[in-house]
Amino acid sequence: MSAPTTLTPMSSATDLKVVRGGWPSLAGGGVLAAIVVFLAAAPWFVFSPGDVTNLVTLFALIILGTTWNLMAGYGGLVSIGQQAFIGAGGYGVIKLADVVGLPIPVAVLAAGVVCALLALPTSFLLFRLVGGYFAIGTWVVAEVFKLVTQELPGFGGGSGLSLTAFQGVDRVTRIATVYYLALVLAVAVVLATYLLMRSRVGLGLTAIRDDSVAAASLGVAVRRSQRLVYVAASGGAGLAGALIAVNGLRVSPGSMFSVQYTAFMIFIVVIGGLGTIEGPILGAVIFFALQQLLDAYGTWYLIALGAIAIAVVLLAPRGLWGLAARGRYEIFPLGHRVHPPRQ
Amino acid sequence: MTSAPLSLEASSGAPAGALLEAEGLAKAFGQVVTARSVSFHVAPGEALGIVGPNGAGKSTLLNLVTGTLPVDAGAIRFDGADVTHTPAARRTALGIGRTFQVPRPFEGLTVFENVLVGSTFGAGMRRREASEKAWQALETAGLTHLANTAAGSLRLLDRKRLELARALATQPRLLLLDEIAGGLTEHELPALIETISAIRDSGTGVVWIEHIVHALLQVVDRLMCLAQGDVVATGDPREVMASDAVAAVYLGSADPEGEAL
Repeated sequence: MSAPTTLTPMSSATDLKVVRGGWPSLAGGGVLAAIVVFLAAAPWFVFSPGDVTNLVTLFALIILGTTWNLMAGYGGLVSIGQQAFIGAGGYGVIKLADVVGLPIPVAVLAAGVVCALLALPTSFLLFRLVGGYFAIGTWVVAEVFKLVTQELPGFGGGSGLSLTAFQGVDRVTRIATVYYLALVLAVAVVLATYLLMRSRVGLGLTAIRDDSVAAASLGVAVRRSQRLVYVAASGGAGLAGALIAVNGLRVSPGSMFSVQYTAFMIFIVVIGGLGTIEGPILGAVIFFALQQLLDAYGTWYLIALGAIAIAVVLLAPRGLWGLAARGRYEIFPLGHRVHPPRQ
Repeated sequence: MTSAPLSLEASSGAPAGALLEAEGLAKAFGQVVTARSVSFHVAPGEALGIVGPNGAGKSTLLNLVTGTLPVDAGAIRFDGADVTHTPAARRTALGIGRTFQVPRPFEGLTVFENVLVGSTFGAGMRRREASEKAWQALETAGLTHLANTAAGSLRLLDRKRLELARALATQPRLLLLDEIAGGLTEHELPALIETISAIRDSGTGVVWIEHIVHALLQVVDRLMCLAQGDVVATGDPREVMASDAVAAVYLGSADPEGEAL
């Protein structure tokens, strides 16, 4: 402590109570946990193998939405180029499994780590740009990743690669392995994001989201925090890409490095609720449901997605979670409620 | 008097033991010079007031000292160490706290959380200690009754109080105040004056930019007048305000009787 001042008697604050969360959050968390348990049990008695494969896509979308929100919603970094790491993760997992010979779960995790490592030098390039220039720069990086992948020997050029590590594994074991891996990773990514946002790093990120100049003036290392979430979100995109690759069994540059993934992530986060942990999960579920329901209608599906996105932005600018919770309810409690000390 | 900067001080150089020494600070935005070659110093437990017409470069000067803007030329030393090129967040951690003229609350956070950012990152405190420090800062700024309110819903006056509370939570050794009294009513001023005096008396250096000169004169030990990026006069507050140079800045002519404000 510095020199005592007459302003602030120390004793007044000693029984200050700061509360984060409470039973409504616990109840919400319990419901989510029950859903996870159901999802873990369901392949045994509810879902067809086709459903199970589809649900892996949902888990990948939850990872993509959660990590894009971490980066854009909290870190203020609006990237439209995370497909760089989705693609790198997809190609990476196939090389790690087929060439290096890692078991599939290890290869998927390693692909995520590789993507995080790739993001670190990339960040030094991209962080020279701000705002719209940063966004365009990320897309340029994604295109460079795609072109380099096409030109590298052994990456299949324009037609891509197929995963061979699952050859000789029976279909049920393969589908179950990928399903549980995806479920565990989706839960782990959401929980890790929650714990990060609950830590002091998360407080700093939320401050950056609202006003980066003021955050810096209060001592928040803005650049370092942004680099951390960019690297983490890119690792997450790599995990999702790796899951998409081992689920679909093949990758091509056109599909894995497609900018449509960015459109999906933005849709998920915007309709769910930017800058909340619950929003991207809700958004991913809604997006997945629309995909399943409207898939048969071809172009009308895309028109419907666009119309829904416009309606949500106009009518519920804080997303559907924001509309439902009105900023008062959190399943993942980040807020602090302070109870004054009794005098 | 000549047109050269007026110094009403015994020596023009920074005295030994100065907390902040700014030397030859310069900043221009294209053709607009907002600091030409500004030098000043603040000692621990000393309050320096800054006055000057709109556009004189007062806020720019604060932004240079805090690192919100990079300097074109000049040097800034804080507690003897060169911080001219130190990032803003690091300067805050070293002990330079500031408020913004136009408040910049974190609108999605509560008032308490806003202040908690300051004690957590600026003062480098851990959970419990940070919470207690934040609460004390709210008490000092008179905001405890709004602790759990979303900062985005505050009215202007409370936003100004929040600026002060957040800056205090960083545990500054030098506090830079940018028009913190603007918008306050006459009967709210004495409490603010008392608060700032107490901060100064606790050993914190204070730099206070203010248009409400009578409030400023009740607190500051020295006064600096800026105009168009130049120091017009520095020294004893009443002598500065009474000087021809300052009268000329405000009234456009050198009136020997000029009690400018």
